[in-house]
Amino acid sequence: MSIKTIAGVNVDVNDEGYMTDASQWNKDVAAGIAAEEGVELTDTHFELMDWIREKVATGDTLTLRGIGKSGVVDAKQFYKMYPGAPLKKATKIAGVPKPTSCI
Amino acid sequence: MEKEKKMPLKKIMLICSKGSIEDVYAALVMGNGAVMEGIETKMFFTFFGLDAITKKTMDSLHTSTVGNPAMRMPGGLAFPTMLGGLPGVEAGVSKMMRKQMDDLDIPPVSEFLELITAGGGEIYACKLAMDMFKLTKKDLSDEVSDVITVGDLYEMCDGEGVQIVFT
Repeated sequence: MSIKTIAGVNVDVNDEGYMTDASQWNKDVAAGIAAEEGVELTDTHFELMDWIREKVATGDTLTLRGIGKSGVVDAKQFYKMYPGAPLKKATKIAGVPKPTSCI
Repeated sequence: MEKEKKMPLKKIMLICSKGSIEDVYAALVMGNGAVMEGIETKMFFTFFGLDAITKKTMDSLHTSTVGNPAMRMPGGLAFPTMLGGLPGVEAGVSKMMRKQMDDLDIPPVSEFLELITAGGGEIYACKLAMDMFKLTKKDLSDEVSDVITVGDLYEMCDGEGVQIVFT
C-alpha cells in the first residue's frame, strides 16, 4: 500500500497500482492512469467506466461476458479499447479493485 | 547471486481432446483467460473435443453420470452408478449443470468461442479427427479459423515463451 500522486491528486494504491479508495477517483486521475497504461481515453471509455464503477458499487462480479452485454460495448470493441489485458486495465483506470473472476 | 530473470508466457496452445462439459470448459476457461491476459492464444480441438466446435453438438454437451466417483446428488449425497445409467439421467444432470454455469455468467460454448476470437484467440480443428468423424468445415462453428494437421500445430508453436497444454 502506498500513496501516489496522479494528476495532482494524492491517491492510495496497492502494490499493483490499483486504487484502494474509490472516492479519490475523478476523470483526471483516470486519464493519468490511462496514460501510464498506454490507453487513450474516449467518451466511450468514460461511459464504460461509469458502468463498471456502478457494477462494482453494487457488489457485482465483473466479467468479460458482462461487459460484452453491458450495452455500452461488445467484447470485440472492449479488447480494442484496452489492448493487451482489457479487464485488468479497464478496472485499474476506473479506480476499482482488480476483478477476481476467471471469465 | 544473479537474480532470476522472469520469463512471461507469450503464447499458449491448448489442445482439447475430450467432449464432456468439464473437459471442454476447462480448456475454454484457460483459453479465454489467456486471451484476457494478453497472451497469444491458440486452441486445437481433436477427437471427441470436436464436439465443442461442431455446431450441432457444441451447446448441448454432456457430463458422464456413470464411472464418475465425484458425481454427487444435489445436497452432497452419493450418486449411485446404477441410477446414472438410467435413460435420461445423464441428459437431465447435464442440463442442470449447464444451467448452474449460466447462473455464474459462464457462457454457453458457442458464445465462449466468440469471446475468445473477439480478443484475437484462434480456434483450430484436427484434420485427422475430422476425417474420422466424417465432418467437414461447414459442420463447424464459424469461429473456427482452419482445419489443420499436427505438423501445422507444431509450426504455430514457434518462438520464445510458448507452452503446449493438453487437456
